[in-house]
Amino acid sequence: MANSATNFSRNGVSDWIIQRVSAVILAAYTVFMVGYLMCAEDLVFSDWKMFFDSLPIKVFTALAVLSLVSHAWVGMWTISTDYIKPVAFRLLFQMLTVLGCFVYLFWTIVILWG
Amino acid sequence: MNTTAAGSKKNRPVHLDLRTFKFPIMSFASILHRISGFVLFFIVPFLICMLQSSLSSESDFIRLKEALSAPLTKLFIWVCLCALAYHLVAGIKHLCMDIGIGETLEGGKLAAKVTLGASGVLAFILLIWIW
Repeated sequence: MANSATNFSRNGVSDWIIQRVSAVILAAYTVFMVGYLMCAEDLVFSDWKMFFDSLPIKVFTALAVLSLVSHAWVGMWTISTDYIKPVAFRLLFQMLTVLGCFVYLFWTIVILWG
Repeated sequence: MNTTAAGSKKNRPVHLDLRTFKFPIMSFASILHRISGFVLFFIVPFLICMLQSSLSSESDFIRLKEALSAPLTKLFIWVCLCALAYHLVAGIKHLCMDIGIGETLEGGKLAAKVTLGASGVLAFILLIWIW
């Protein structure tokens, strides 16, 4: 049970819910963006820029990245507790995952609103 | 008695020879979901990077567009999208199982086959789209 110390939510049920809610948001965002790109043959800069200037798209993208990092954290945490037995390596893996998640999150926020 | 139990647990034979493991289709579909998820975590920075350069200026946008039309980049994007498509489809299968669809042995086998088949179809559609 020592593993749960590195689990942010400290609770399997909330992990389970986070994983599902974020999955649904990510699925919606993925289908939406791929659909947009498939429909927009020969996309030009001004249209693309305008698309990402609209507030709903910014919010949807930010929500998707927030979902992505939560989803990735739960997934990577599960992988680390399943396959990495030495505690030091597991903690290192988990800390690098957290670092990556923060970088992804802030990087995207800066792109959207910076 | 406690020590005996712990001792016997320790002495249990462990079989970890991956070459002789049997991988039923469900476990294959499951491990592929994990592997694709792990890979996607490292694909994300490339996507964010592309978003950044595509929005920074018109010349960067055009340069990115040109880079994305090179065959090797197309292949890379296709592999990334395949990992994403598989992870998405396997995730939908997971959600279906959460609400009780495909929980039996036969149902699970079928669900794994449908997952692999559907992502194969998506991979093909993505291939056509990219090329």
